[in-house]
Amino acid sequence: MIRDITIGQYYPGKSVLHRLDPRMKLIITFWLIVVIFLCKSFFSLGLIALTAVVAAAISSVPPKMILKSLKPIVIILVFTAVLNILYTEGGDVYFERWGIAITEKGVNTAVFTMIRIVSLVVISSLLTYTTTPTMLTDALERILSPLKIFKIKVHTLAMMMTLALRFIPTLIEEIERIMNAQKARGADLESGGLVQRAKALVPIFIPLMVSSFRRAYELAFAMTCRCYTGGEGRTRMKQMKLGFRDFAALLFCVAVTVGVIVLNHFFEAVI
Amino acid sequence: MSEKIIEFDNVTFIYDADDDESAVQAYPALTDVSLSINKGEFVAVLGHNGSGKSTFAKLCNAILEPTKGKVSVKGIVPDTEEKADEVRRIVGMVFQNPDNQIVATIVEDDVAFGPENLGIEPAEIRKRVDDALKCVNMYDFRHREPHKLSGGQKQRVAIAGVIAMQTECIVLDEPTAMLDPMGRDEVMQTIKRLNREMGITVVLVTHFMDEAVQADRVVVIDSGRMVMDGTPKEVFSQVEKLRSCGLDVPQSTEICHDLGIKECVLDVDECVDEIARLLGGAV
Repeated sequence: MIRDITIGQYYPGKSVLHRLDPRMKLIITFWLIVVIFLCKSFFSLGLIALTAVVAAAISSVPPKMILKSLKPIVIILVFTAVLNILYTEGGDVYFERWGIAITEKGVNTAVFTMIRIVSLVVISSLLTYTTTPTMLTDALERILSPLKIFKIKVHTLAMMMTLALRFIPTLIEEIERIMNAQKARGADLESGGLVQRAKALVPIFIPLMVSSFRRAYELAFAMTCRCYTGGEGRTRMKQMKLGFRDFAALLFCVAVTVGVIVLNHFFEAVI
Repeated sequence: MSEKIIEFDNVTFIYDADDDESAVQAYPALTDVSLSINKGEFVAVLGHNGSGKSTFAKLCNAILEPTKGKVSVKGIVPDTEEKADEVRRIVGMVFQNPDNQIVATIVEDDVAFGPENLGIEPAEIRKRVDDALKCVNMYDFRHREPHKLSGGQKQRVAIAGVIAMQTECIVLDEPTAMLDPMGRDEVMQTIKRLNREMGITVVLVTHFMDEAVQADRVVVIDSGRMVMDGTPKEVFSQVEKLRSCGLDVPQSTEICHDLGIKECVLDVDECVDEIARLLGGAV
């Protein structure tokens, strides 16, 4: 059961989004997130939301999975909506009693923020649905590689990220094993108050830390044996090449940005 | 005389209590070991726990440096970082725990890790990775995540990672100790194929007698000293001596020895024949 966990939330597929250069995908995602915050009217926001929907449609990721990525933010959505409705005032008053006023502007702002947050999550989760974690860290390393001139060890950072991702499932298995071992010795992990339960975790985390250090030590040996000496002189099996597809995607992104700016200009701002 | 690949010349290794948390005090893990391993050989290094066999493995590719004496690989003495790196291009290593030697989250990326470190052209790496994975029968798993594989499969991926570096020699430090019988068998078949078909020199450190039997040459280490060196027949015929080192002999050998059969028997088939002869019947 626990062996089945996937790292990240990659959904294998062969869509255009899957085949885009991960560097371009990363840049476009950040770009679109910035553009989301540039939107001022419902029309410009609508354009972004439409972009998100179209992207989701061509990604071949099942809509169910995309909805699943929205689940954790439901509380945030409700919370911001309520706050916006209660604390933004202006325009027609729909309801006023017990010192609470619900106004046109409040409702508009609430709806606007909700659409904004949903588009944000959909766009960023599409990135992780269509790109493997390895490709993402690789892309990040390559995008950040100019930082080398400031003596920032980009390769080392990326390698650390890859290794962290690689060891998540291993450590989860380990925690399970330790928990079972401690339970077998009569450890009570499920009852008692908060403090007691926190204390019960100590005999789990100490062995976990010890074994993690041992693993790190062995891994360092193994990496040395495979001639790893850092980023210098290393080549890559998987080359990244920007193709026509990537520039088309970029162009599309520029078009959306221009559209947002134009629509902002012509329509009434909500925020 | 065939070409020597690894040479131990009066090697003593003493663990420093500061380096190793499990050591109570400095003690010699290896004492005056001299031997040479020839190109193309399949050598099994036998010893019980704490005999120094793991230290032996780590000395082979410059992870540890001898306290006294000299280890050289094709004449290179790894006394500087550069030379140690050169040695590691000749001698690859596979460890006991497959989980702690897999670096990447995708099988083929992991196999590519070694060649990438060597700075090889991408197209060539691709070819080597595919060949190495086919060699260990893991090609169909190339896009899988290592943590979803079985122990034997993971260990084969680790072996593919060394094959892709095209080292002349592979040292395996108890590669089957953490595997179930099936995984153990898969790994042993792979190791034998490397040696017989690809001509790679194999040094297999193990405490399983049945694995040692399959080698061309068996070296027995006890309390840091090399006590026996010979063909499996030569070594396993000395049942009493092996027992005094805290080692068993293969089951078939043991049965025949205890039955008083003079002939040294190494596998089940020979054992059956010998017992049949003893009983005076034919099989």
